[in-house]
Parts: sequence; C-alpha cells; structure tokens
Amino acid sequence: MKTIAPITVNVPSLLAGNKYAVDEDHAHIELSPGPSADEFRKLVMVCPAALYRLDEQNAQSFDYAGCLECGTCRVACGNTVIAKWEYPRPTMGVEYRQG
Amino acid sequence: MADFDAIVVGSGLAGAVAAHELARAGKGVLVVERGNQAGSKNVSGGRLYTHSLAAVFPGYASEAPLERRITHERIGFLAPDAGFTVDFTSDGLRAEGRDSYSVLRAPFDQWLASQAEDAGAEYICGIPVEDLLMEGSRVTGIVAGEDEITADAVLLCDGVNSLLTRKAVGYAGPTPEATAVGIKEVIKLDPQVIEDRLLVPEGEGAAWLFAGDATHGVPGGGFVYTNKESLSIGLVVPIADLLTGETPIYQLLDDFKRHQVVAPLIKGGEVIEHSGHMVPEGGWDAMPKLVGDGVLVAGDAAMMCLNLAYTVRGMDYAIAAGMHAGRAAAEALTAGDTSAAGLQGYVKALENSFVLQDLRQFRKVPHFISGTKRIFDTYPAVIRDFFEKLFIVDSNPTAPVRKAGFAAAKQAGLLNLARDMKGALSSL
Ligand SMILES: Cc1cc2nc3c(=O)[nH]c(=O)nc-3n(C[C@H](O)[C@H](O)[C@H](O)COP(=O)(O)OP(=O)(O)OC[C@H]3O[C@@H](n4cnc5c(N)ncnc54)[C@H](O)[C@@H]3O)c2cc1C
Ligand code: SF4
Repeated sequence: MKTIAPITVNVPSLLAGNKYAVDEDHAHIELSPGPSADEFRKLVMVCPAALYRLDEQNAQSFDYAGCLECGTCRVACGNTVIAKWEYPRPTMGVEYRQG
Repeated sequence: MADFDAIVVGSGLAGAVAAHELARAGKGVLVVERGNQAGSKNVSGGRLYTHSLAAVFPGYASEAPLERRITHERIGFLAPDAGFTVDFTSDGLRAEGRDSYSVLRAPFDQWLASQAEDAGAEYICGIPVEDLLMEGSRVTGIVAGEDEITADAVLLCDGVNSLLTRKAVGYAGPTPEATAVGIKEVIKLDPQVIEDRLLVPEGEGAAWLFAGDATHGVPGGGFVYTNKESLSIGLVVPIADLLTGETPIYQLLDDFKRHQVVAPLIKGGEVIEHSGHMVPEGGWDAMPKLVGDGVLVAGDAAMMCLNLAYTVRGMDYAIAAGMHAGRAAAEALTAGDTSAAGLQGYVKALENSFVLQDLRQFRKVPHFISGTKRIFDTYPAVIRDFFEKLFIVDSNPTAPVRKAGFAAAKQAGLLNLARDMKGALSSL
C-alpha cells in the first residue's frame, strides 16, 4: 500500500460544531467485508470527515456517524468496496447551518 | 391523471428556481427536498455571480441574503515556504447584475425556496426521493418514504451526488476523474477584523483562490471567501488526483490553514462548521443526457460546473439551467407533450445561453489542469525563486532582472513552459 502522510489534525473536534441527527439503528453506508488495503487507503484519502481510519497496526475502522453525505466515498469506491450508499433516512443526518 | 404537473427533486439552486418558474406559469408543482429545510444539506465555496439570479429575481440585491459583494479578486501561488499573490480591484466589480457576492447556502437556499413557495410551489422537506417510477423508458413519478407520487414531468435537480440520473437518463457517472471532493470550514471572525485582514472596504469582500502548496502539489486548489461575519476556507481536489498524493484531504486542509499566507487570515477564529461536498469538474465531456421521456436534468446533477482555477462556477449555471428547465417544462406541459422530443426546448434554450456555450468553450480545461502537474509543484517554486532574486539583497553583486527571469524559466524547462503556455492558451 502507498504510504499516507502523518495525521496531526483532530477532525472529530472540528466536526463538533456541526449539527447532526444520527440514525443510531441504521447505517446508510456499508462496506463489503475485508476491503483490500489499497481500496481502503482511497477511502482514508478522500473522506472529508476522516471517518475511514487506520490505526498504528493498520487495522481498519469506519463509523458512519459524522458523515457529511458528500458521496465522495461512493464515487471513489462505489464499484469496489462500498457495498451500500444511501442517503440517511428521513430527517436524519447532517444539518448545515452555514453551508 | 398524474398527481402533479411536475415534480422537482431537490431544492438547491436549480430546483428552487425551476419550481418558481413552473409555479409562476400556473403549473401544479411539488418539490421534494431531503434536507429538513432547503439548504441544510448544501455546501458551496462560494461566490455567486449575480447575473443569472437577476434574470429571475430583479430585486435580488435588496431581497436575497447575500454576504459581501466581492470587490477584490486575488490569486495566490503557494510554494511550501513562500507565497505570491495577485490582487485586483476595480469599480467594474461593483456594477449591479455583473457583480458577484459571497453566499452561505443554508440561508440562501431557504430564501430561494420561499420564493418558489410564494409563487405557489408545494414543498415536502426532510424526505429523500429513493426511486423513480417508470413506464418503459418514461419517468412517471417518484418514490419517497411510503409514497408513490406521479407527475407528467420530473425535474432532477438533486445535485452532483444524484442517485437517480442513472435510472432516469442512463448516466454512468460521475467518475473519480470528473469529480472533485470539496472540503470547507466556516470560521467566525469579527467583521472589522475581516475587513482589516483582507484589506477590503466596509461591507465589501474578497475572493482568494490558491494553487500550488495548497494541495501539496497535486492538481487542485484552495479558496478563501469573506462572509459578513466569517471566512469560508477550503480545498477542491479532483478525486483521482488526490489519490496520487500522500496526504488525506482533511490533513491537506489543516496544512493549508497553517501556511504562512493563510494562517494570519484565520488566526483566533472559531470553526463553526466543517463540511464536505463534491464538485463536478469534468465539464462538457462528463455531462449526462439533459432530457428523457418525462424527465429533465439541471445543475450539478447534469455536471454543469466549471473550475477554471481562477474561478469556480456552478451556482450561476444551476440558476440559469433551473430557469430554463422550469420554463421549458411549463411549455411542454401546456403543449401536452413531455416526451424527450417535447422537452427539447430546454436543451435548445441552454444551447443559446452561456451555460452550454461556456461548457463547450472550456471543454479542454479539466484535461489541461489535471494533466499539467507543473502548475501545482514546479511553477510556484519558480515564482518563489524569481522573487527571491528580486527582493533579497545581500552583499553579492545583483543580477539583472532579465537574468533572474531567464534562470527561473530555465529551471522549469523552457520547452515545458512553452508547452504549458500553449496548453493554457488553447484551453482557457
Ligand atoms: C467546496 C465547493 C466550492 C464551490 N465554489 C463555488 C463558487 O465559488 N461559485 C460557484 O458558482 N459554484 C461553486 N461551487 C459549485 C456549486 O456549489 C454548485 O454548482 C451548485 O451548488 C449546484 O447547484 P444545484 O442546485 O445543481 O445542486 P445542489 O445545490 O447540490 O442542490 C441539490 C439539492 O437536491 C437535494 N437532493 C439530493 N438528492 C435528493 C433526493 N434523492 N431527494 C430529495 N432531495 C435530494 C439536496 O439536498 C440539495 O438541496 C462549489 C462547490 C463546492 C462543493
Ligand atoms: S459520504 Fe462523504 S463524509 Fe460520508 S463517509 Fe463518504 S466520503 Fe465520508
């Protein structure tokens, strides 16, 4: 896998100012099981909310809470490891107050 | 009989304007918007050129929630350790209807939706359209929540991440090459501080676009726009190009915010929103079909957007396309023919307007920009080296300017420079 530059920014703290209604019982984005390192790297690179993460051991994780609903992961990996990409259910998800 | 004359999917710029035009023509129109209010899912840079808004709402200047009139245009080239900025201001930038304003989409889109509602459009908010009803190849309505609702014409104004254009008009995109990811923060600052830091007169503002180290040398760019009480700051990077680099988009933004040219602008400001949204950048060659039987596509859903590096345009195209889509759909409804042939008036109107003329004119720009990596890594360094020769004075004998210029050009490779100049001239 191509390397990823060191991450120094704390994105969750930047997302703290956003307004969300998180749909706890329904994931609107799902990955297919066991994505390859190269495909997962793409997701890490492109997600503006930093929701796709690799820890020090390169273990993968993804959390749809915090999603900005931009669709970038769908365009980057919709034909590969993004198994499902829907808009959140009615009234759920991010609610921009600035935009 | 269908439930409505027309259904508009999405109340962004294209959708609200299309609905306004349909309602004004006396048609029964339903708008379905997935945000709890119009604008609550939307992000732009953003600077809006007002001409297309003025064509629909002549009183826009006093009625619309605009932020600051842009009277300073800046273009910055960043090397990792240096920055060079061109600053242009002119009374010409203050002419009503030819001017531009920064906007924030949450308030702006709500205003636009209220114009459509006042004209008679019905609204359902907070529910995404999940699917289209079809009879053969004809779009006959929508599925939203528990409901199936039919219409003689469906207008897809659902933005760059449309989940519906594939079924409606067979669009296979958008692709990672033709689509950029945008990341943005809104940073709250005192109005006076904004004016002092950006060197703009009271109430006016600046648009500042950056190339080079804004994206650590991968094709793409940065932006800073002044709002009344905040700065909009962000990056736009083609997805395929971003993947060739090593820095994730959110770290790129953080690094951009720390660059010595940018950091003083936002110092002490509070991040009140962090957002993400895609930008269609593929231009003409990435567009889907604009009409099908019973359906029209307008705005970002039809990839009507251009990133020319010195400016990004999508909002004025979306407004104009929404206007033409609404008017052409109303005419087709009156004529009783909303087949693809009956809706051709929309395509014709766009062909006669700046929308398709611009998209065709600048068709080669996306290929030129993504294909000319030197704009983003080599040239900012060349500019730095040239100005260092000019501005740094020490006890060595001073080289004449022409020599410094030649040395800088040579460093980039004279052949490359000639080739890139030619590319720029033939595409831009
Ligand atoms: C970071 C960034 C910077 C930009 N800078 C500029 C700039 O400075 N100047 C400029 O002119 N342009 C700029 N653009 C481009 C511009 O924002 C777009 O071209 C413009 O917003 C397109 O308008 P639209 O109405 O077509 O789509 P949108 O504004 O995206 O509206 C689509 C609407 O459809 C709704 N929707 C989507 N799917 C569904 C569904 N299934 N059911 C119901 N509703 C749905 C959405 O919630 C939304 O309200 C920028 C874009 C970005 C992301
Ligand atoms: S839609 Fe955007 S914000 Fe949400 S997970 Fe995908 S890339 Fe990240």
